[in-house]
Amino acid sequence: MFQKILIANRGEIAARIIRTCKKMNIATVAVYSEADQYAPFVKQADESYLIGKPRVNESYLNIDNILEAAEKSGAEAIHPGYGLLSENAEFARRCREAGLTFIGPSEEVMAKMGDKVAARQAMKEAGVPIVPGTDQSVSDVEEAKAYANEFGYPIMLKAAAGGGGIGMQAVNNDTELEKAFEGNSKRAETFFGDGTMFLEKQILRPRHIEIQVLADGHGNTIHLFERECSIQRRHQKVVEEAPSPFLSEKTRNEMGDTAIQAVKALRYKNAGTIEFLVDKDENFYFLEMNTRLQVEHPVTEEITGIDLVEQQLRVANGETLSFEQGDIQREGHAIEVRIYAEDPVRFFPSPGQLTKFKVPEGDGIRHELAVAEDSKVTPFYDPMIAKLIAYGNDRNEAIDRLKGALENYQVEGIKTNIPMLKDVIAHEKFKEGATETSFVEEYYLPLVTEK
Amino acid sequence: MTEVKASMAGSVWKVVAAQGDSITSGQDLVILESMKMEIPIPAEADGTVKELKVNEGDFVNEGDVIAIIE
Repeated sequence: MFQKILIANRGEIAARIIRTCKKMNIATVAVYSEADQYAPFVKQADESYLIGKPRVNESYLNIDNILEAAEKSGAEAIHPGYGLLSENAEFARRCREAGLTFIGPSEEVMAKMGDKVAARQAMKEAGVPIVPGTDQSVSDVEEAKAYANEFGYPIMLKAAAGGGGIGMQAVNNDTELEKAFEGNSKRAETFFGDGTMFLEKQILRPRHIEIQVLADGHGNTIHLFERECSIQRRHQKVVEEAPSPFLSEKTRNEMGDTAIQAVKALRYKNAGTIEFLVDKDENFYFLEMNTRLQVEHPVTEEITGIDLVEQQLRVANGETLSFEQGDIQREGHAIEVRIYAEDPVRFFPSPGQLTKFKVPEGDGIRHELAVAEDSKVTPFYDPMIAKLIAYGNDRNEAIDRLKGALENYQVEGIKTNIPMLKDVIAHEKFKEGATETSFVEEYYLPLVTEK
Repeated sequence: MTEVKASMAGSVWKVVAAQGDSITSGQDLVILESMKMEIPIPAEADGTVKELKVNEGDFVNEGDVIAIIE
């Protein structure tokens, strides 16, 4: 096993990776920006290196500075976490060229799955169902209109290089498409340096359900069931759970088998996630593949008892999986909520100095924390300051424990989405399992505008 | 005279209006950036930009006055 690894990330995920490394007696190296000087993960690591100014392109996206820290520290491998450089094929290549093991899949697979058009093509070839749409990028608005009329409205317009909802818009007719096309293409060009657009038929009343996979590169590929992540705001997940309260056992198995089929066709190695859109009749369609650890990985860990970070390290070290598909059992129910520093109604960011931060302990309660009592939440990064995970023998018990924990979760000095999370999990529709992607617009926002 | 205030804390990413511009309600004056989110701050009234209180790169807190419209 590696003696020392560098974590090219920050916040709660850096802390999470450090925890598993400690358990496995692997020394850890943190890298941090000036804004994160006092962040908990910097202290938790065995060594830490300042890599630049607060803005991500001057620090956490600065490959040269990260590799310099790796060289100085003598780390053998780099864990990229999620976001930032985690799906950057060039970073993986640069690690390899510097003689470092990149803890993740090959750069070829990352590049292919990072290009939405190429990813759809690869999945289609692997026999994975995809949403009806253009297999090639569309060159102009006239071509886009022709396709839209072939598939039928509503249509989702998407940027090939997009992510986080940027460059993505639903359109209901030719006029809306004309209006949206140029603008989104320009935004994608500005944000990602690539204005290529494609179209997909919009799936109505969809759920977002993903399958966790693990492959060791020695021919062993397994799935670790699904996570339901339908409750989102601004196209970002807020509540995630496993198992899904919606899927039948038959669909669950079909989705697992399909995910394995996809991963095998890609010759994928390490942990990954295949995201699907699932309609009300349980038809499922490939959405995208995340070639890294997911934010919501803890819910899978809670129901399977498997430490995904440990498995990532073992696979990167060349080991074979120590279990087969038949050994993977799921037990109980886990729900994760993301604690964001933001206004709970408008979802606008709310950075600032914490004056109080105290999290509740209890049966089945797990915390992943980016901040401590005296932390300052800066405006430079994602607003997620913590994750709260509740486990129960069944979904009702998990909901009850989550409810109790949220009531005793104390954050002062900034605004958080905790009031929203409380409203969501107390909602009858949530208890019924009506967790469609429209949940926030349909059930939560009307509730708070009434107040 | 109306004051246009910041709806969130963050840095001024772009100033898209200039002092002396005549503007209409809803037109963007500046774009704030915070936590990977860009929020345009529009004028809430028709008029002339009497004063712009911020420059690109400045940090503002929620409620800070960004511009004065007359």
